[in-house]
Amino acid sequence: MTIFGVPTQALFGQLLIGLINGAFYALLSLGLSVIFGLLNIINFTHGAQYMMGAFAAYFLLNWAGLGYWWALLVAPVAVAITGIALERTTLKRLYQLDHLYGLLLTFGFALIIQGLFRHQYGSSGLPYAMPAELAGGRNLGFMFLPNYRAWVIVFSLAVCLTTWYVIERTRLGSYLRAATENPSLVQAFGINVPRMITLTYGFGVGLAALAGVLAAPIYQVNPLMGADLIIVVFAVVVIGGLGSIMGSIVTGFGLGVVEGFTKVFYPEASNTVIFVIMAVVLLLRPAGLFGRAS
Amino acid sequence: MSATTDPYVGATLPAVAGVSPPHVVAFLIMTAALVAAPFFVYPVFLMKALCFALFACAFNLLIGYVGLLSFGHAVFLGSAGYGAAHSAKVWGFPPELAILFGTAAATVLGVVVGALAIRSKGIYFANITLAFAQMVYFFSLQAAFTGGEDGIQSVPRGTLLGVLNLKDTLTLYFVVLAIFLLGFLLIFRAIHSPFGQVLKAIRENEPRAISLGYRAEQYKLLAFVLSATFAGLAGATKALVFQLASLTDVHWTMSGEVVLMTLLGGLGTVFGPVVGAFIVVTLENYLAQLGAWVTVVQGVIFVICVLTFRRGVVGELGNLLRKSL
Amino acid sequence: MTIARIVALLAVLSLGASPALAQISDGVVKIGVLNDQSSLYADLAGQGSVVAARMAVEDFGAAAKGLKVEVVFADHQNKADVGSQIARQWYDAEKVDMIMDVPNSGVALAINQITRDKGKAFIVSSAATSDLTGKACSPHTIHWTYDTWALANGTGTAVVKTGGDTWFFITADYAFGHALERDVEAVVLKNGGKVLGKVRHPLNTQDFSSFLLQAQASKAKVIGLANAGGDTTNAIKQGAEFGIVKGGQSFAGLLVFLTDVHALGLEKAQGLTFTETFYWDMNDKTRAFAKRFAERNRQIHPTMIHAGVYAGTLHYLKAVEALKSDDGAKVIAKMKEMPTDDPLFGKGTIRADGRKIHPAYLVEVKKPSESKYPWDYYKIRATIPAEQAFRPLDQGGCELVKK
Repeated sequence: MTIFGVPTQALFGQLLIGLINGAFYALLSLGLSVIFGLLNIINFTHGAQYMMGAFAAYFLLNWAGLGYWWALLVAPVAVAITGIALERTTLKRLYQLDHLYGLLLTFGFALIIQGLFRHQYGSSGLPYAMPAELAGGRNLGFMFLPNYRAWVIVFSLAVCLTTWYVIERTRLGSYLRAATENPSLVQAFGINVPRMITLTYGFGVGLAALAGVLAAPIYQVNPLMGADLIIVVFAVVVIGGLGSIMGSIVTGFGLGVVEGFTKVFYPEASNTVIFVIMAVVLLLRPAGLFGRAS
Repeated sequence: MSATTDPYVGATLPAVAGVSPPHVVAFLIMTAALVAAPFFVYPVFLMKALCFALFACAFNLLIGYVGLLSFGHAVFLGSAGYGAAHSAKVWGFPPELAILFGTAAATVLGVVVGALAIRSKGIYFANITLAFAQMVYFFSLQAAFTGGEDGIQSVPRGTLLGVLNLKDTLTLYFVVLAIFLLGFLLIFRAIHSPFGQVLKAIRENEPRAISLGYRAEQYKLLAFVLSATFAGLAGATKALVFQLASLTDVHWTMSGEVVLMTLLGGLGTVFGPVVGAFIVVTLENYLAQLGAWVTVVQGVIFVICVLTFRRGVVGELGNLLRKSL
Repeated sequence: MTIARIVALLAVLSLGASPALAQISDGVVKIGVLNDQSSLYADLAGQGSVVAARMAVEDFGAAAKGLKVEVVFADHQNKADVGSQIARQWYDAEKVDMIMDVPNSGVALAINQITRDKGKAFIVSSAATSDLTGKACSPHTIHWTYDTWALANGTGTAVVKTGGDTWFFITADYAFGHALERDVEAVVLKNGGKVLGKVRHPLNTQDFSSFLLQAQASKAKVIGLANAGGDTTNAIKQGAEFGIVKGGQSFAGLLVFLTDVHALGLEKAQGLTFTETFYWDMNDKTRAFAKRFAERNRQIHPTMIHAGVYAGTLHYLKAVEALKSDDGAKVIAKMKEMPTDDPLFGKGTIRADGRKIHPAYLVEVKKPSESKYPWDYYKIRATIPAEQAFRPLDQGGCELVKK
């Protein structure tokens, strides 16, 4: 059986591949979305922080002898700490200003970080070995699925859903959401809003770094790996609806699939299809698929 | 000219527009400096800076006076470049027609993108323009006439109006300077006209402007199209100067660069974009030896600008002198 | 000051080169290395090319011969407009006599034209497009190291002859990728092979899994990677993950450099076969060069690009010395007239169309167990003789070739 000349079996394979790529989009856009929700800042440093996560994994392995599993734990925390330093020293001064300034500042930081890494480590990228436990793969009949890819999809889905649960269903999350709506009122209840904002930024950055660690074994650890990714992820967040947690998760996976199919039917356009969708969505539903109109 | 000046316009101009003596003085200084410059500085470099200055002025018209951040303005620069280059090289248009054709292409694109994007605001507007920019980039990459990665090369400069041979660098420089000054003055005129006042009113409080009977969307659309047109003029001129139209000019990083220029010079100031463009182009030129440091320096400028002088070089200077520049 | 000048003048006079030096514009031969210093080609060319050019100047002994040679460099960021602006400025305002290297075919074609307009000299090492000695050939340009035709011919022929007769292409969707794919396809068909399918991906793609799946489904024996740099390394790395090679298919890298293999690691790159025109570990001369080079270039060993820059600069300086002039067209003509001889490429010639002729090598990446010391990466499987390595003179469509 074929669909548009492509065997159905092959399409199953592409669907799965799309979901795997979507897992990265979901993790990254989730972080971006959490940050925007509370800080009202579009974190353009996100791509650079994703790259830093991959580099942190590389450093841990080569300098400290800590392997992949440790990196999964340590790298996000380490990168989150640099993010927190960034927020404390610079970003917090911009909360009263237009979105534009936050975007420009973080864009500037992205340029600086990427430039410095590129200067130090060149541009061809560094190799990072796959953890032995996840090497190999299994034949699903319609495709060969590497174990590592299966792990990526399961792990990131778990992280996304946990994040969603914490923010939407727990007391801590309710403070967060309340602070998004009315920070001064929440402050009046005795909750330390500035600290909450700082930790939220750190968390969002940590998610980006986590995606970076996940990416290290399959892509080259490269100073520019996040440079173009950021605008795609940004588009994912906008399509999902700025600040909507579930929106970014669902849209992340969904767009991964759409992109995957584009790679079969019109591969040249696979980098562009997301922007076409973004334009259409914004014209029909200006607040995004899951966003609430303000 | 003065004999036929409409007394009504003559009377209202200063009041509405606030064309102040500092503007006139600054404009004269700028013009004098630019006329003298090619005898001291490499002219091709100056022409590049002038093209970007005009591009930044066009961009500033939108962000500085309407408060709309377009994150896809490279589209107009780049597509006009392709238009001019293609018409000059393939159809054999003389330079004046090639520039007009390129500019017209940008205007048409401006109408289309503007009509679709203008209804959204803030970050959403930035995104819609970015989305269209990515599509135009994709089109430019795929379409046959743009030459893909190679771009359109060896564009003939030709003879302007059949008289001025533009192969001569100095002649070309003064033509580019004239185009820049023309664009600059037209933008200045637009800002300091009743039209510009309405734009500012919309920026400050759109509902109130609407309640006063102004059709805000039409004003914004007109501003968008004007901005696209002047960006196109800059792009078409640039294509003839460098004899090249390439993907660089439609890429999203170019859209980012014009934001940098305008921000550095001063958002919403008359001379800011010009100063910003000159600083950025100079930096890029002299940092070319430094490789990866170029982006680091650009990043540092962004950070310093946002944290310490959000008004930009000219804005801060104006603040110091207590004059609007 | 004046004393120093007199001393310098005496030194020049004693070497007997003085009257002719008047022919060197402003007394200095200025070489501009223009390449990508910061992005995807920064490792395979980048600062290494600058180091190579400087080494050539030193080894030529320019100072002792009374020739003042200066090397400058700049980053064109892979943008044709940035590149052309720098080139114009160099030629017009900074008295650069020759531009060297220039990766990225789009930028190189722009510089090719500008050099011709300004009457200077241009020696290409990095750029791949065979158009530089074909329809865009110029009396001011020499294409030194390799080109798309040579890569396609070397790798394509060898792979088909060793049984890889069905191909699937994964091609970067821009001019260079298309050209490479076209050239290889022609070679494959000519040798009796078949092309089962192709897919074109955008430049700088991170994830190749979808394309690899399509390649797998095609059941082609060989997957030809008509792309470069990060695109190639990512495709190979992910190919290992999806068990492409284990499943019996193999990759043919069509443009792979030593630095790419280094970035991939031998574990992933082993068995990859492709064409190079230089490898550092071929003989004592190349090894000695590599050792000196690596010391000055963050231990990165020389790629064929770096070797081309070195040899090209050396030959250029010889021609300048012989001619006692740095006039662009004259020097290039002299370079074509003189046979070439350098420690890296050996003896060779330069054809009328600007094509430098030397042997090419089909190399295979070693298994990790076979690699004995740092940067010990290649086995040389075959040598393609100089006269067969490049496109025949009459097939390029170059106007400089007399019919």
